[in-house]
Amino acid sequence: MGPWKAVVYLNQFFGGIGGEEKAGMEPVVRSGPVGPGNLFAELFGPEVEMVATVICGDNYFSEHLEEATERVLALMEGFRPDLVLAGPAFNAGRYGIACGSVCNAVVDRLGIPAVTGMYPENHGAELSRRSVFIVETRGTTAGMREAAEKMSRLAGKLLRGEPVGFPEEEGYLPRGIRRNTFSAETGAVRAVKMLLQKMKGEPFATEYPLPAFDRVPLLPPVDRMSRVTLALVTSGGIVPRGNPDCIEASSATRYGKYDIGALSEMTPESHETAHGGYDPTYANADPNRVLPLDAARDLEREGRIGKLHPFYYATVGNGTSVARCGQFAREIARDLIRSGVGAVLITST
Amino acid sequence: MAKEMEREGIPAVHICTIVPISRTVGANRIVPAVAIPHPLGDPCKSKTEEKSLRRALVEKALQALETKIEGQTVF
Repeated sequence: MGPWKAVVYLNQFFGGIGGEEKAGMEPVVRSGPVGPGNLFAELFGPEVEMVATVICGDNYFSEHLEEATERVLALMEGFRPDLVLAGPAFNAGRYGIACGSVCNAVVDRLGIPAVTGMYPENHGAELSRRSVFIVETRGTTAGMREAAEKMSRLAGKLLRGEPVGFPEEEGYLPRGIRRNTFSAETGAVRAVKMLLQKMKGEPFATEYPLPAFDRVPLLPPVDRMSRVTLALVTSGGIVPRGNPDCIEASSATRYGKYDIGALSEMTPESHETAHGGYDPTYANADPNRVLPLDAARDLEREGRIGKLHPFYYATVGNGTSVARCGQFAREIARDLIRSGVGAVLITST
Repeated sequence: MAKEMEREGIPAVHICTIVPISRTVGANRIVPAVAIPHPLGDPCKSKTEEKSLRRALVEKALQALETKIEGQTVF
């Protein structure tokens, strides 16, 4: 039990050193609380002592992310703290990135709780919300007291080892953690209730919000496919027999590029699927069912397709993250553009 | 993947079975397929019928690439 020792991380502005002209400053230590640290000291009372404050310039931190994190961590470690508080950073992006990075390192390497505060759209929030507790704040310092209250309440719970409630109860940004809980009603009853509320136009809260995906601007149509080189791409895991690149059956970390320049179709002897999660019987018996090489060749021969690109690309979409697929696709697209390919046909299982 | 390829500037059509996933993630030209384990085939049909089914889907995808769209479109 307490009293516990806390170290606070602040930027040059909240640390009382200066404005943008001091943003390049390297990390320094002050003993005791500074700026918002005084507010934390007031809110915690004798339970937690603000033993020190580490201050670093926002530019210095953002431009030397790893080095700055290491140096701030080393300075904090010297005080053997039980807790680290960072910010709150409100909607200041560089400060948010610094607070997130410091908290991340503290939790990971010192094994003690760390709490920061940010406006949900702060870039730092996107980078660290899954690994650290980020209390939701207003966009400006007008929300200082409210943010400090939420941060100290949550930090107190973590110090005392009390269970932490749901994000909306505690005021932190959702971390994407799913935890089993008991409910008085089955999922079916809750879902029907929600549906009735929705149909009546009443407010309801989903139990599993879907991630928001961004959009790309629409591209103009291809003028005539008969003049264009088309490439085949699949997330259905069709690979040469034996899976030479060892593409994983699930959560793929790679894709393959395979020569089909001399092939008129896929056969069970030449290709198979590496994809887990669906019954591979039909794809293995006839891989054209996933990568339609036979039909595409016919259409090429008939002039409906200008030319079929002599390579196809394949990965496994089973459990593979959207971010990873995006990275594969950008690499593949650049390769295709370099080769003069004008359009892509992607197939998925 | 279709979305990210288009972001790089290369038009892409997505033939897939679970259209809602493709819509949610953000492909712009979507052609619904047959079934998850055989998106461009049907083992219940004869080889000839199956191939003409596959050819029809690929032709639909080519038409989709040639079609001007005003928003995300399922063909």
